[in-house]
Amino acid sequence: MFASTLTDAVRLLATFDHRVAEIVGLSLQVSGGAVVLGTLIGLPLGASIAVGRFPGKAGVSVLINALMGLPSVVVGVVVYLLLSRSGPFGAFGLLYTPLAMVAAQTLLVVPLMAAIARQVVEDAWQRYAEELQVMRFTWWQSVSTLLHDCRHSLLVAVLAGLGRAMSEVGAVMIVGGNIDRATRVMTTAIALETSKGDLPLAIALGIVLIVLILALNAVAFGLRHWAMRRYG
Amino acid sequence: MSGGPGGGAMFPIRVRGLRHAPNGRELLSGVDLDLGDEGITVLLGPNGAGKTLLLRALCGLLVPCSGTLDWGGGAQPERGVMMVFQKPMMLRASVLANAVLGLKPLGLSRHDCRSRGIAVLERVGLAHRAHDSARLLSGGEQQRLGLARAWLTRPRLLLLDEPTASLDPSATAEVERIVREIRTDGTRILMVTHNLGQATRLADDIVFMSGGRVHEHTPTRRFFSRPQSDEARRFIQGELPWRMSF
Repeated sequence: MFASTLTDAVRLLATFDHRVAEIVGLSLQVSGGAVVLGTLIGLPLGASIAVGRFPGKAGVSVLINALMGLPSVVVGVVVYLLLSRSGPFGAFGLLYTPLAMVAAQTLLVVPLMAAIARQVVEDAWQRYAEELQVMRFTWWQSVSTLLHDCRHSLLVAVLAGLGRAMSEVGAVMIVGGNIDRATRVMTTAIALETSKGDLPLAIALGIVLIVLILALNAVAFGLRHWAMRRYG
Repeated sequence: MSGGPGGGAMFPIRVRGLRHAPNGRELLSGVDLDLGDEGITVLLGPNGAGKTLLLRALCGLLVPCSGTLDWGGGAQPERGVMMVFQKPMMLRASVLANAVLGLKPLGLSRHDCRSRGIAVLERVGLAHRAHDSARLLSGGEQQRLGLARAWLTRPRLLLLDEPTASLDPSATAEVERIVREIRTDGTRILMVTHNLGQATRLADDIVFMSGGRVHEHTPTRRFFSRPQSDEARRFIQGELPWRMSF
């Protein structure tokens, strides 16, 4: 049973099954979009908290760290309420669209990326703060300089965000609805096909998911090592 | 690098009664000091004398408990004071990018930054390494790059905190050459060192500190031939014990 299921799954991948391709393509678009937005919001947010001096800084850091473990279904429900017809953004008609899924995944990855960025940038800030202050750097100049200097370490934050976005199922299921050829992504498809008993497709998607995450991590690992050799 | 350093009148600098005592532990105990607008002044003294703290107070990194800093009759200038640390920070970027870092707050064009950066790197002998990673430079080269970065902003007052500590004699000589050039360019230099030979070679005058206060401020030759204070005499003879405090 297992061997034949696996053989069927490999056959689906080898023949570039259009269902698999469609689902993988949408997954990459949704998670990629969420990670891009998460990078643009989360990294500067984390760096700003690291560099900034403001009352309640410790509390904000604790909150950001706590939000890393935010359950994806909770985010899904919140985004659902915001985007539903009676919600504040209901007029845009975004519910059950890939954009709603991007929004939900962005909310999930921002705290994770911000928390990692805060830690990485704070370590660098402790080393550089005095010299940047002597050079009269503004707050934003310090943030942008540190983000650039820590760019290779911050790859970890981006990868962590990507991993979380690609592997979560609860939020996209709630706000996307798992609609065939519209909002079906790898994780929701795996859950559905398994419940239907179509294990070859579920396993084929699982293999793609694992290979993608492994490949991205390998690229990031190589990039980081190259950067360490290049820049010290 | 042409033209004198920018900035308005900020000399003479008058330090009066500067005191710093975090948690009741007196680290600066009423420092008085006058600095004119040219030359190289070397701060000498045993470890724990308060030399680095004085530099930090002058560049605004330390807020003293009491005392005054008078900059030519006014408050501390917004720009014009730079400090080079014992181990300058090196961003994960090229030598050129690190050299022009101090220009970032000035909002100059990229082309302008680049041409100024290349010019200053030529003066410190690092132009041929402009595109190498700054972190892969030797300790002496990094110190020269730190000096170049400060020099490029054309400070009126340059504070150097043991710039040749842990450097070999040839790297030390190169740093000293650059320090002299910066001084010739019109920058006032206040420098901490433990190297008495270096103080003799570079300094116009010596400020001797011990126990958080200034004991003596005299021309270099006079300091080494006829020190005024007993502490300075014992320091020169290697008899003054380092202040150990835990």
